Amino acid sequence: MWKTILRRFLVMIPQLFVLSLLIFVMAQFMPGDPFTGSITPDTDPARIEELREKAGLNDPWYEQYGRWIGNALQGDFGKSYTYKMEVSKLIGERALNTFWLSLISVILLYIIAIPLGVLAGRYSNTALDKTIILYSFITYAIPTFVLALVFLYFFGYKLNWFPTGGSVDVKYEPGTFGYIWSKMYHMLLPAITYAVLGTTSIIQFLRSEIIDAKSQDYVRTARSKGIPMRKVYTRHIFRNSLLPIAAFLGFTITGLLGGSIFIETIFSFPGMGQLFISSIGSRDYSVITALVMLFGFLTLLGSLLSDIIMSIVDPRIRIE
Amino acid sequence: MAQLDKKEQKEEVVSSPPTGMQVIIREFKKDKVALFSLIALVVAIVTIFVWAMFIDQQELMRVSLREKFAEPGEKFWLGADQGGRDILGQLIIGARNSIAIAIAITLITGITGVVIGLLCGYYGGFIDNMFMRIIDFFITIPQLMIIIVFVTIVPKYTIPIFILIMSLFLWTGTARLVRSKALSESKRDYVNASKTLGTSDFKIIFGKIMPNLSSIIIVELTLNFAGNVGIETGLSYLGFGLPPTKPSLGTLVSYANNPLVLSSKWWVWLPASLLILLLMLGINYVGQALRRSADAKQRLG
Repeated sequence: MWKTILRRFLVMIPQLFVLSLLIFVMAQFMPGDPFTGSITPDTDPARIEELREKAGLNDPWYEQYGRWIGNALQGDFGKSYTYKMEVSKLIGERALNTFWLSLISVILLYIIAIPLGVLAGRYSNTALDKTIILYSFITYAIPTFVLALVFLYFFGYKLNWFPTGGSVDVKYEPGTFGYIWSKMYHMLLPAITYAVLGTTSIIQFLRSEIIDAKSQDYVRTARSKGIPMRKVYTRHIFRNSLLPIAAFLGFTITGLLGGSIFIETIFSFPGMGQLFISSIGSRDYSVITALVMLFGFLTLLGSLLSDIIMSIVDPRIRIE
Repeated sequence: MAQLDKKEQKEEVVSSPPTGMQVIIREFKKDKVALFSLIALVVAIVTIFVWAMFIDQQELMRVSLREKFAEPGEKFWLGADQGGRDILGQLIIGARNSIAIAIAITLITGITGVVIGLLCGYYGGFIDNMFMRIIDFFITIPQLMIIIVFVTIVPKYTIPIFILIMSLFLWTGTARLVRSKALSESKRDYVNASKTLGTSDFKIIFGKIMPNLSSIIIVELTLNFAGNVGIETGLSYLGFGLPPTKPSLGTLVSYANNPLVLSSKWWVWLPASLLILLLMLGINYVGQALRRSADAKQRLG
């Protein structure tokens, strides 16, 4: 067990290293440098040169890379030139927003997906099952940004059920109950969008798992002991099918990260995805590199988590 | 006697297992929704391509402020956008561009993925190990972000470059799938027999193993095509897809970034969104039917 985890962890290190090199090289190719925005035609060229020299932009690449990675390991990603603050602090604020949004999304995701999957499996080949399959098919096919826009238009603008942007109402003081409620309320529509988009794989997996379980011996044993079918479902089949579902958590995290770029932009939610798009726009490359690195790390962590849960659930894939 | 022989031969033909094409036709006959999707898709794509040929793009993209946000009516069937440009015309051109680019990306990634997958699965060893590490790496990186960064740092940004950037990141899934299938296929008896007969590796890989994987490859390409339409329109929506001179369906949807357009000018962005949704649904449905026909356990027909 520990061997598997350790091995997977060690594999992560070279992957992160190659990723950091790739990001660094990309950052070097970005048009303009961080000062481009603040330069006017009458800025003295000598002054620009001085700024570049001071920021270390004229050193050889391996020195710049060494300095960057060394600082990054200590959590220092430099300063954002547009926000005039430490990148780590800026991302920290945004990451908290993204974290809460993701948490609510994952909870909603499981609340929607598990009952639907169980129902579809239990009443397989009925009209109910077919409706659920149709639902999961549509949510599988629809692109993130289309669903997000349609939700925003319909629930936000037409029905006025939800706020259409931002993360909190300005009229509330931080720390009060109203503030927290307003925050939750702002996150609800983006979270529902996320949740609806992510349900497909869990519903389909749970459904086929339960259909398989119906013909298993342990179900027949339980049934012949006189346990009512309803209890066989809740106590026996559901429990057995639930463990593999947990393994989806890792993939869900990966999916959430990819989707956050679209969802946060559309709902103008101040999280990491939106920060990424706005930093690309302003060529704030210290923020971009830090964000790509962080997302890469989190994606790796997600797949690591999936593998660990899988190896707990299914001992055959452990490395001995 | 001769008659009897003929009859026997005829019966033999009838009882032979259905070939790939027959299975697919049967599956589509059985699944009416898939058949309908297939026909609708073909008709829609042909219409879009033919119609787009008759649209004068310069005329279409000319700004006329008097018709700003004209509502759907006699002159503009689907209304006009901020610059008074016809939405319907942009929709057709955008759909043509999106579909053409998705097809190009699907073909490039398909060919790369299939060739690399076959080679890795057949030869194994060092080549396999090396490509698998590369694929592992590509799968673990945040692709969307890196594609966006790539798009912003390329100095002379054109459509072929966009297609290449996308293809660079999207071949890995196909390669991985084909490799795993080719691996088990290359251990079969017929491959060993061919080797003993002295058939060249090239002939075995592309003449014998590849045809046996054709159904899986077709399914994978179809589903990839749907995925590529989604990714391209998504990137264009964010403003990192096609250059602004070439409208895509995503570009049309991106007009909705303006809250005024989103809330009260539905005709600007909704048709493009619906078209994307219908395209994705249709292609995916056809893909699912193909997938079922590739797997004997799931077939309906």
